[in-house]
Amino acid sequence: MKLTLRIWRQHDADAPGAMSTYDVDGISPDMSFLEMLDTLNERLTVEGEEPVAFDHDCREGICGACSLVINGEAHGPERTTSCQLHMRSFRDGDTIDVEPWRAAAFPVVRDLVVDRSSFDRIIQSGGYITAPTGSAPEAHATPVPKPAADTAFEHAECIGCGACVAACPNGSAMLFTSAKVNHLNVLPQGAPERETRVLDMVAQMDAEGFGGCTLTGECATACPKGIPLTSITAMNREWLRATRKVSRT
Amino acid sequence: MARTVWDSTVGKKTVMAVSGLVMLLYLVVHMYGNLKIFFGPGTFDGYAHWLRTLGEPFFHYEWALWIIRAALVAAVVAHGVCAYQLSRRDIASRPVGYVHTRARAGYATRTMRWGGVILALFIVWHILDLTTGTVQRGFVPGHPYHNVVAAFHDWWNNVIYIVAMLALGLHIRHGFWSAAQTLGAGSRRRDRALKTTANLLALLLTAGFIAVPVGVMTGLVS
Repeated sequence: MKLTLRIWRQHDADAPGAMSTYDVDGISPDMSFLEMLDTLNERLTVEGEEPVAFDHDCREGICGACSLVINGEAHGPERTTSCQLHMRSFRDGDTIDVEPWRAAAFPVVRDLVVDRSSFDRIIQSGGYITAPTGSAPEAHATPVPKPAADTAFEHAECIGCGACVAACPNGSAMLFTSAKVNHLNVLPQGAPERETRVLDMVAQMDAEGFGGCTLTGECATACPKGIPLTSITAMNREWLRATRKVSRT
Repeated sequence: MARTVWDSTVGKKTVMAVSGLVMLLYLVVHMYGNLKIFFGPGTFDGYAHWLRTLGEPFFHYEWALWIIRAALVAAVVAHGVCAYQLSRRDIASRPVGYVHTRARAGYATRTMRWGGVILALFIVWHILDLTTGTVQRGFVPGHPYHNVVAAFHDWWNNVIYIVAMLALGLHIRHGFWSAAQTLGAGSRRRDRALKTTANLLALLLTAGFIAVPVGVMTGLVS
């Protein structure tokens, strides 16, 4: 395959960036999108040019490191991570635009790499349970109802890649935050911090400068892990419940 | 609690959802009342007069109407202020946009902001036209039937009303469903029912409101 790539190049957070055009040849349809970028980077290195910086780690769709907006879509045209997107999803001769996640809370570090530590701070504000550490607890000590376990698992699938923010027209982190809140709030282990968790995580999400939710549904469409839009509804319910409850005590 | 609600994006959305539902409830009643115009001037003017005597003798003449108006102004202001503040925030959250642009979300969803502005301007026009009669030639206070017929005599006024009511339909289509999600009433099982209700409300209100100018234009109401 022969492709024309238009890639966002930016030396650092303060430098101005621009789209640069590169032609790549000899791309196999079986390559992943990141392998295609590796091919380009090998050539750029040989030619003495700076290779394109992009985030990647596991390359099997479970770590959430890769973060490319491909032709205006977070993680590209397939519902998966950029690393699991294959070049067979494109046609020979295509022009492909590659950009970083765009959000005030995700500043560009270099080229396609963004700083997602705002997500870490949201987790730090309440995405945990208070439990004694040490040896693993007896598995049957805390019974978990099957529906609650299923809901928790569904939300625990979130890999924190940030595609929801990148896809949202408002740069909102509601889907990410709701996945983390619901994951723990439905479980008995998460019950002691049920109210403070949702209040603190939503407050931190706002403090990071993410936009608000207008329920466009773009986040859930882009999510490589299929976190549903109803996750946001469930978090709103938790937030309203916590607001009422905390004000009473 | 008020502080928590006002400081949070989720809280401001809650204010928007509640104020939106208050306005929606009013619109359903308003649309129902409007349709009385098809039963002639006696019924319509009588209904308009009854609205002023509503709640008597507990309320003084027109008091109930003024209480409703005060609640509506509060709802419109709360809805608008929250929408403005949230929109400012949403725009600021993406200082650098994408080079590769594409239409995001459906038409009704994308037009919520400007549709809301159009509706706010329309409310001002509507009050000046049919409540105070400021912009209407030949406005006779206390004779709503006559005033409605006179107002829709101008083709351009019909256009204003019909366009505004189409904008209203689109606004409700996304707004009602969104309000349900914001208030935590949505779920996977209820989603289809909520979307259908939103569409039916949008269709019912748009058709019901447009029926009046169409009625005047076709001579059904004269």
